[in-house]
Amino acid sequence: MYDIIVVGGGHAGIEASHIAAVLGNKTLLISSNLNNIGDMPCNPSIGGTAKGIIVREVDALGGLMGKIADVSHLQIKMLNNSKGPAVRSLRCQADKITYPKKMQEALKNTENLTIKEAMVEDLIVENNMVKGVITKLGEKIMAKAVILTTGTYLKGNILVGSTNTPSGPHGEKRCDNLSDCLKDYGLKIIRLKTGTPQRIKASSIDFTKMQEEKGDLTPWTFSLDNKPSYDVHNQHSCYLLYTNEVTHQIIRDNLEKSAMYGGYATGIGPRYCPSIEDKIVRFSDKPRHQLFLEPESLYYDEWYLQGFSTSMPVDVQEKMVHSLKGLEKAIITKYAYAIEYDAIDPLQIKPSLENKILANLYTAGQINGTSGYEEAAGQGIMAGINASLKLAGKDEFILKRSDAYIGVLIDDLVTKGTIEPYRMLTSRAEFRLLLRHDNADLRLREYAYKIGTITKEQYNNLLIKKEQIKQLEEYLKNNYLKINDNLKEIFKENNLDLPKNNMSYYDLLKRPEISINFLSTIINIDYSNEVKEQVEIMTKYAGYINKAYKEVEKLKKLEEKEIPEDIDYNKVNNLASEAKQKLIKVKPKTIAQASRISGVNPADISVLTVYLKKEYNRR
Amino acid sequence: MDDTIVAIATALTAQAISIIRVSGSEAIFNVAKIFTNKNLLNTPSHTILYGHIKDNDEVIDEVLVNVMRSPKTYTKEDTVEINCHGGIKTTQKVLELLLKNGCRMAEAGEFTKRAFLNGRISLLEAEAVNDLINAKTDAARSLAINNVDGLLTKKIRNLRDKMAKILANIEVNIDYPEYEDEVEVTHELMEDYLKDITINLKNIVNGSQNGRIIKNGLNVAIVGSPNVGKSSILNYLLDEEKAIVTDIPGTTRDIVEGSITLNGIMLNFIDTAGIRETNDIVEQIGVNKSKKILKEADLILLVLNYNELIKEEEKELIKSIDKNKLIIVINKNDLELKINLDELKDYDYVLGNTIDLDGLDKLKEKIIDKYNLGDIIYNDMAYLTNVRQIDLINKALEEINNANKAYLENMPIDIIEINIKEAWNILGELIGDAYTDELVDNIFSNFCLGK
Repeated sequence: MYDIIVVGGGHAGIEASHIAAVLGNKTLLISSNLNNIGDMPCNPSIGGTAKGIIVREVDALGGLMGKIADVSHLQIKMLNNSKGPAVRSLRCQADKITYPKKMQEALKNTENLTIKEAMVEDLIVENNMVKGVITKLGEKIMAKAVILTTGTYLKGNILVGSTNTPSGPHGEKRCDNLSDCLKDYGLKIIRLKTGTPQRIKASSIDFTKMQEEKGDLTPWTFSLDNKPSYDVHNQHSCYLLYTNEVTHQIIRDNLEKSAMYGGYATGIGPRYCPSIEDKIVRFSDKPRHQLFLEPESLYYDEWYLQGFSTSMPVDVQEKMVHSLKGLEKAIITKYAYAIEYDAIDPLQIKPSLENKILANLYTAGQINGTSGYEEAAGQGIMAGINASLKLAGKDEFILKRSDAYIGVLIDDLVTKGTIEPYRMLTSRAEFRLLLRHDNADLRLREYAYKIGTITKEQYNNLLIKKEQIKQLEEYLKNNYLKINDNLKEIFKENNLDLPKNNMSYYDLLKRPEISINFLSTIINIDYSNEVKEQVEIMTKYAGYINKAYKEVEKLKKLEEKEIPEDIDYNKVNNLASEAKQKLIKVKPKTIAQASRISGVNPADISVLTVYLKKEYNRR
Repeated sequence: MDDTIVAIATALTAQAISIIRVSGSEAIFNVAKIFTNKNLLNTPSHTILYGHIKDNDEVIDEVLVNVMRSPKTYTKEDTVEINCHGGIKTTQKVLELLLKNGCRMAEAGEFTKRAFLNGRISLLEAEAVNDLINAKTDAARSLAINNVDGLLTKKIRNLRDKMAKILANIEVNIDYPEYEDEVEVTHELMEDYLKDITINLKNIVNGSQNGRIIKNGLNVAIVGSPNVGKSSILNYLLDEEKAIVTDIPGTTRDIVEGSITLNGIMLNFIDTAGIRETNDIVEQIGVNKSKKILKEADLILLVLNYNELIKEEEKELIKSIDKNKLIIVINKNDLELKINLDELKDYDYVLGNTIDLDGLDKLKEKIIDKYNLGDIIYNDMAYLTNVRQIDLINKALEEINNANKAYLENMPIDIIEINIKEAWNILGELIGDAYTDELVDNIFSNFCLGK
């Protein structure tokens, strides 16, 4: 008998099982292949725009992804470094051998966590409550809560051209029964599609014909607890190349052979990650499309051809790849494929990630309709935390949209549902100036400590950082610039206008052209870079940040307008019928959540508000 | 919301036909209870039936009944309109009968409120309907009709679409920073974008000023030293134009002494008693009320005496008034010229007197000229007209100004974008595409009864 069973050892399952064990639950992680735990079946990178911020959030909450990425990457860079602080995000090229290996070690060293190889084919359910799982061999394993993180394994179908092979990713065993069982329990199953491009043999690539993309020379870490442990000069590059008219012609000539255009696939693919044939059909005026070659691992000889995913048959893929500059003689080690899989309609999930129909069943990752390792990890850790909290009889832990990208992700899923694999984008977050990569600890570690997922030491570090930020801010506010000849010289040297005498350093820092690093050259600022960065951002963007906080307050009012769980939407007359259906399905907890449901328009919200007021007053 | 409402849709005066409107799920059923033509319950939508309204056995009126079934009606609910044979008593009797038979008296603006809540019209259109009902002049009515047609909504929606494209471009740059083939919104591009948005918004704001003038008219204050002839000028203007009414409450908090229409625009003369009745006008300028009047009036007619030199206190008064809304009326030009007209050469002034009414027509021309009253009406009429709308559009403009400021401060594009997105949201709120909580109650409390 376990407290919590996690089914699936992908990025969601890892975080879910790890955090559940950290919180003292007797936890079992079941994977169909132990060697594949922490595997990266698609791109060899972790992080990226918005996603990198999720990695930091997972880390702030006590998760593993960032820590392992830090010690297994081949290259790391800060994206959008030339843009504002709100949109910066880390991305690394992770070694596909090292990352899973180190992750498996970390899990093995996690107390309370048992790992088992098996294929789960059914759940044990009594009175709409999950009590355990049944494996393919018929073994029954009991638990108080079950977290499903099955990725693309549910009825996976691999599509290459017109061939359709039942399979998990990489030709792994797929899980045949579980989604049917879920359907029998009353869950709605949706079918999604995603794809992965070709892998190319390194020795067959002519890199001299491509543009080299190097890692940053500034050292970075995902984890707030790690110090950089790699040599910035010894990173591995990626390469940029382009499609050309020949490539496009090959694709156009063979369009009907592709699984997607030939009508062999039924799943809905992601718009933001289109196949190359999609790009060429939809953006026919573009003469070329960008592609990247990314190293997969130091331990084998394959490169990942990002941007070239396709469901064309293999002979066409050969022609397509060989039309690319530098890949004329390329040896394709793995062909691109599309994979279709079953997921559950996320509208059936509560914000805690618990299922609305089956109590004590939690789901995270691709089974909830998302895409991406980071999105999976973010949900995984939340599912693990919430399952633990429920078993402990505590309140659920819901991140608000103004707390974290993870909050935005889950709210979007459970409120709006999805018809394509959901990928996080910075534009999905309305408070992105608050949700920065640099303040993930400030945003989330208080919560984490309260729940018990970070150590006292980590918490103390947070408190020290907070205190230092305050100190530095006050110092800058209460100390004033005294202009002397030396200063005049420094400003002149740096081509800066000489400020007024007696201006506070804080006001000086507000000037666009003055950085905290420059300030450090004229006054002694003895604080860490992280502290300096916080103060700089909070000073320079104070107006915008305060405005965002005001918006958060406004939203909070709507969030506080709760909709009673027993509301009967059929009694609310004058609701548009589409809105009525959506509301019945989503069961929003608050007016704010209701207003975010697509298909529920402002007029419906007014009607609903009026109804609630009327009903509430009557009671 | 689910009950059936009724109201008299036409003005309650003695006239040939008055219309009673019923809307709600039981509209047809309730009318059928008092209507002799038994086809009513089953008649197809959008048909007219002939019959009698009966109170038990007594025939009240011979009527035509228009039946419009949901959803193709103004409120999107079942709607019945009873065309009665006019007459205050008959109409009221029919109304009473309906109230007795399951209908509820409609609240102010409730038909339009339902039309909005049921998704039939946008917020802006809903407000325009209110304006239409309250329109005092033909120009105001035509303005309101234009808004109902959604011309303004269309204008704003176009601007929003344009902004959405820019926003989307910026988002793409953020989410796909390494895709060099996408156009990058640089500071240079941003400058152009901001200019374009600013011009578009300003056009709407300027239009909104005209819209307000069309809707509310110009508030005019007549000021001047004692005995320069203020009252005669006022009386002349009011008499000449057969003043519509006196002592009607104006749209400002001040009392309007009387109104005239000039080129289709209302001129509301504000009670300037506070200024007029004192002997020393300059002393009175210190009085709050006077200051307020001078500030709030759209047009100030300052009356001077042709036959006297300009007094010091008059000079100060002239200085204290915004030149753009000042017209100096130099009265009594039938007497000897003593005033030094050179001192007034920078101001708009007209000469005249109230004995032979010389020059007062010129005053009217001057007003028309100064406020472009001629142009306003014949221009396209997509103007914002009420305080909430103008407030929102100004807020949007303020956000764009902030974006401009951020641009000049060399803020990152994604920070500048925050202001543009906010402006975009505000415009959405203006045309009812975005939701804020108190909005609806606010708007509908301003509605008049009937529609």
